[in-house]
Order: sequence, then C-alpha cells, then structure tokens
Amino acid sequence: MKKISTELENTRKTFSLFSRLKRNSQVDNDLWNEIEDALIQADVGVVATSRIIDVLQAKSKEMKLSTTQSILDLLKEQLKSSLQKFNTELKVGGNPSVWVFVGVNGVGKTTSVAKVANLKIQENERIVLAAGDTFRAAASEQLERWADSCGAELIKGADGADPSSVIYDATEYAYAKNASLVLADTAGRLHTKSNLMQELEKIIRVANKGNGTVTEILLVLDATVGQNGLQQAKSFAESVDLTGIILTKLDGSSKGGIIFAIAEELGIPIKLIGIGEGKEDLIPFDPELIVEKILDF
Amino acid sequence: MFDALTDRLGNIFGRLRSRGKLSESDINAVMAEVRTALLEADVNLKVAKQFQDKITERCLQSEIHKALNPAQQVIKIVNDELVEILGGQALNLTYSDKPPTVVLLAGLQGVGKTTNAVKLAKWFKSQGRNPILIGADLQRPAAVEQLRVLARDVDIPVFSESADPIKVARNGLNEAISTGRDVLICDTAGRLSVDEDLMNEIRQISDEIKPHYTFLVIDAMTGQEAVNVADSFNEKLTLDGMILTKLDGDSRGGAALSAKTIVGKPIAFASTGEKVEDFEVFHPDRLASRILGMGDVLTLIEKAEDAFDEKEAQRAADRLLSGQFNLEDFLEQMQQLKKMGPLQNIVGMMPDLPQGVNPDDVDESRFTRLEAIITSMTYEERDRPEIIDGSRRSRIAKGSGTSIQEVSLLLKQFKEIKRMMKGAVKPNKRKKKKSSKGQKGKQNPRAKRGINKPANDFDLSEFGSFKS
Repeated sequence: MKKISTELENTRKTFSLFSRLKRNSQVDNDLWNEIEDALIQADVGVVATSRIIDVLQAKSKEMKLSTTQSILDLLKEQLKSSLQKFNTELKVGGNPSVWVFVGVNGVGKTTSVAKVANLKIQENERIVLAAGDTFRAAASEQLERWADSCGAELIKGADGADPSSVIYDATEYAYAKNASLVLADTAGRLHTKSNLMQELEKIIRVANKGNGTVTEILLVLDATVGQNGLQQAKSFAESVDLTGIILTKLDGSSKGGIIFAIAEELGIPIKLIGIGEGKEDLIPFDPELIVEKILDF
Repeated sequence: MFDALTDRLGNIFGRLRSRGKLSESDINAVMAEVRTALLEADVNLKVAKQFQDKITERCLQSEIHKALNPAQQVIKIVNDELVEILGGQALNLTYSDKPPTVVLLAGLQGVGKTTNAVKLAKWFKSQGRNPILIGADLQRPAAVEQLRVLARDVDIPVFSESADPIKVARNGLNEAISTGRDVLICDTAGRLSVDEDLMNEIRQISDEIKPHYTFLVIDAMTGQEAVNVADSFNEKLTLDGMILTKLDGDSRGGAALSAKTIVGKPIAFASTGEKVEDFEVFHPDRLASRILGMGDVLTLIEKAEDAFDEKEAQRAADRLLSGQFNLEDFLEQMQQLKKMGPLQNIVGMMPDLPQGVNPDDVDESRFTRLEAIITSMTYEERDRPEIIDGSRRSRIAKGSGTSIQEVSLLLKQFKEIKRMMKGAVKPNKRKKKKSSKGQKGKQNPRAKRGINKPANDFDLSEFGSFKS
C-alpha cells in the first residue's frame, strides 16, 4: 500500500489550525474555544465535540495540566484511544468469503473494491469481483476496467439485472474455481430510500444462500460528508450487519470527523482508509493518522 | 435530529418571558441555539458565526423582546435571512450570440457531475436548445461510457476521444461549432480542491473553451469543508453558479449556505434523484426550511410518492370519493404508509408541528393494533363491515389479540370517516335510480332498507347505502 506522506502533506500545510497557538502558554478560555472550533470544523459535530471537551476538561483538571501543549497532547491521546478499541481485521471464513461494499452514491465503493482487489492479488489470493451495481450507467464497465487493471476475474450481469443474482453467480463461480474471496460492489443508495435498503437486505440474504459466506459488510464513507454520515451509518446498520467502515477521500481537505460520533454511538470499526483514486491508494486504519489530520499538529 | 429549533427557542423565551426586556446575554443564549442548529446542519462554523451576527442585528432592530411570540419571530427572521442568502439574485441565463453557449462543470469526486451534465443538457433541450455533451473526464474508468449511456437515453450527442482533457475540450468545441450545436456542456473529472495539478488542469480547460457559465457541482451532504472547496474552485475558475445534488437524501444541506456565502453566485439548479428527470430549478425557501430542521415537505411528499404506488393511490382516491372505500382499502393505505419508514420520522418531517406535539410521542403501536384487527377479518367482512355482528366481532378480537371494544371502536370510527368523506363529495348529476323514487333520502336508511337492527348493535347500514 502507498506511503501517505505526500498526499496528506498537502492538507497539513494549508490547514494548520493550531499552529498559531503558543505551545507553552497558559491555559485560558480561548484554548477551549479554539479546540471546540477546530473539532467542529473537522466535522466532529456539536454533540460529540461537547462530549470530548467535557472529558478533556475533567481530565486536565484531574491531572493538573497547566500548559497549552500538555492539554493538546492529552486531547490527541483521548481522540486516539476512542478510535483504538476497534478490531480492524478483515474477516474471512467462507468458501468463498464474500465482502460486500455498500454506501450512498459517489462515496468510492467501486474504486475501493478495486483497491482491495489489488491488495489481495498482491497477497496472491485468488479473488472474484462481482459487478453488483446493475443500476448505474456503465457501472459494470467501470469495474471491468479495474478488474483488467488488477488481473482479477469479474462476474457481471445485464443492465438492470437483479444485483442479488449477479452476486450469487459470482459466489458460485468462485466456489467452482476455488477462489477464496468474492468482492461485491453494489449500487450507491441513499439510506432514505426504503425500497433500496430492502434490496440491500435481499442482496446479503442471497449472497449467503449458496456456497458463499458474507463475512464483511463494509460501509464506504466519504470523509467529505458532514453530520449526515452518522445518519447514513445508523440507517445502513439498521438494515444490514455492518462489520466495518472504509473511510475514503482522506487525501482531500475534509477530516472525516464524523467518525467519532459513529464510533461512540455505533461502535463500527474503521478498517481501511482511502487516500486517492489509484488502486494503490489504500492504507489500513491508523488512529494516529486520523487524529493528526483532525488536529493538524 | 428532529428537535425543532422552535422548541428550543420556545424554551428559552419561556424562561425569559417574565423578565420583560431581553438583556445582551439573553440574546446571546438565543443566538447560540440558532448557531447550534446551523452547525448541526453542516453550515460552516465561520459562516454560521457571520450569519449569527447578522441575525442578532436584525433581532435587535425588530425589537424581539416586545414580540408576542418571540421564538416564532426569531425563526421567521432566520428563515427569511436564509432564503435571502440562498436565493437573492437568480441566475439570468442568456445565450451567446456566437454559439455555442459553453457550460463547464467542476467539482469534487462523486458529487454527480456526469449525471448532472446530462440532466442539464436535457434541460437545455427542453428550452428549445440544441446541446452537445463533451466527455472530458478521462480519469475515471468508463466515465465517458457512463455519459454516453445516459445521453443516449435522452438523444443528446456526446463527443469525446482518448487524448488529454484539454485537447478533448478544445476538439469538442470545434465539433460543436461544426455541427451547429448551440449549447456545449463539458463534463470534467472530479478533483480535490487541494490538488494543485488538477486545479491547474481545469483552469487550462476553462482557458481553452472560455465557458459562458461555470457551475460548481456540490453534494448536499458535504460537511464543513464545503466553504473551502467552493472558495478554491471560485478562485481558480470564477464560478457563475452552483448545482446542488443528492437533495433526495436527508442531509440538512448547510453546505449550500456555506458555498453560497463565500461564492456569492446563485445556486441555479437542484438535483433530487438519480434519474435524469430528477432535476429542477433551485428553490431557496425549501432549502431554508431544511437547513433549519423545520421539516422538508418536499422530501415528505417524495417519500410518499416512493411508498405509494401511483395507480394504487389513484384507485384508492377514486374509491374513497365514490364512497366505496372499505376496510381492505384502509389496510392497504396503512401498509403503504408503513413503507415510508418509522412513523416518528414521518411525523418529524412535517413542518409546523403544533406546540407540544412531539414526534417521540407518536404511538406506532396503535397502527399495529388496527392492522391486526383488519387482518383478522375475512375479505367479505372488510368489504362489507355491516355484516360484522357480535360473534364475528368476538372472533376478530380474539384473532387479533385485541378487545371487542377496540374492534367496535374501529368500525365506528371508520364509519365516521366515511360519513365525513361523503360530505366532502359534491353531488353530481347522477341519474336517480328507479328504486330510490319516493324515498326519504339518506337520513333514514333503516326505513329504506326495512332492516330491523338489534338495539345494542352498531348501525352499519350506512356502509350499505354507499354501494352503487
């Protein structure tokens, strides 16, 4: 997987929120306001920010911290630890295992499938891709190009075909060909559309019907999203058993702060991070990285 | 999420009422609530602060403390200010006298540029224009293919070639001129506003085709960074307007306010779905209500449209108006309503909930009980509830796990509803049936039908009189 330094340098230089804070100055109200502003601007959200600051204030008092630097260090540790409790392992366990990529429109599902495919192929795994987006124009063509690029096999259906049956076919194909893993792309769907959420439930049911076993249902979440990200995660989690999150587009200026609220309220682990449009632009979840990007120091 | 700003402000003003004149800290408390609402709606922090100052000024000017209902007054001021900022000067689209009129689309990855390029082209076509689409997104695999498929469905030509985006744009313009197209819409690859190389690239594309209109396509669920993204694109390209997408979701859409504030150019269009038809001129008042969390009636209606099959709805409406609506129809309607999602959410989407009505209080279980009662009826019973005598009611009550009283109550209420609907229907020039000659009219159905009903039974013969 790619080294992240160059991508994130871009954003770090321009958006240093704390750079103007004097590192060893005394603590005053301005500091708490600055921290609040920084977290809000990172899309952490009003409620989550308030929670974080309450805990931070209590702990700083308890530890008798008196300098800006020490409090910022504590904040960093606090944020990291709220993300560190997760098990970020991508589970297998079927013959084949099936990983389904879900999410709203435009978040980077297809590209993420390509990235994971690339990773697995580099690990010498035999995998099959399922073009489960049968709705969007040229969606299977898009995945087909990626499949060619990665050297993976692809199962696709006709336009408007039942996505469940395309994915099912992929699992049976994988079984027949002794491939251990099926990566299933799905159409983007707004969580507000109950018929599409029902379709997703069916996709998962059918994917488990044959020889395949769904071991990961990954919510692809765009780091650019604001507070609606929490609602997305909640709604998808109500319909299917989300096992993890892939946080994409973290190479942009957005910080993806909504993940704290998601972690706190739903406990869904972030397993992978997307940092670009290329198939190599994928890194395992790294709390340190996320927190540094949010706090920018 | 559905905590209406009205409630929160109402609480604050309630506490302050006795004190008469509002102090500065009182105003600040109110403004803090407004700001929180905006932040929860993804309005950028700096934009929200600026907005807050403006609102404070206007509130003081309008002497809020003297108002009869200060909470409502504040909401009104905020709403009006939002509508003003979001609306303001509409986009005055004029066409170049040297065709084609060139339109350039720009934005981050995944916002909906390609889909909206086609939607926009279709819109121009509906205005009597002759558009051509240029597929200059050579970055995303099969992006041009996507454009071609969508454009084919609406019969609009696409030009693209495998070269670099700038060349494609230039050659596309030449193609447009030589084929006599009067509008050119150039789709481009999504790009990060912090990617210097790609930002320079789109600048070069722009310099090449010299757009009359450059639109930033922005996703309604974008968070705090919307302001920086919009600013960067505006600096690079000088935007003429924006297209706001994915409004069919439930994000509050504060990003639009941030973008509008920093760019100062109109939000020209709104995209409300994945299909090419889901495109309309932007309505600032709808978004203002949405940002304030005041409910989004449009979304509500759309949810209803999604859940209720149009043919079914028409059929049900016809039956209701002709008086044929029976319990089977009622059951169907309840089930369609269920498809819209949890009742609490639906109620929460309704604007102007009366004070004290809390979506959390909505009792979904009552609907479940009604459903159970009706499904325990035979089809004949649902169609002709007048046959439901004591023993049937007892069976229905047992089968649904409810009580005879509840069953009777349902039947009585349904009868009342039908009676009300009957009053709503204008008498039309029906031919009077021979058998109705000389009857005393509908006031005395018992007499007309000659039925003797036991005294302790409910009079359901009304149902019978509606049958044609």
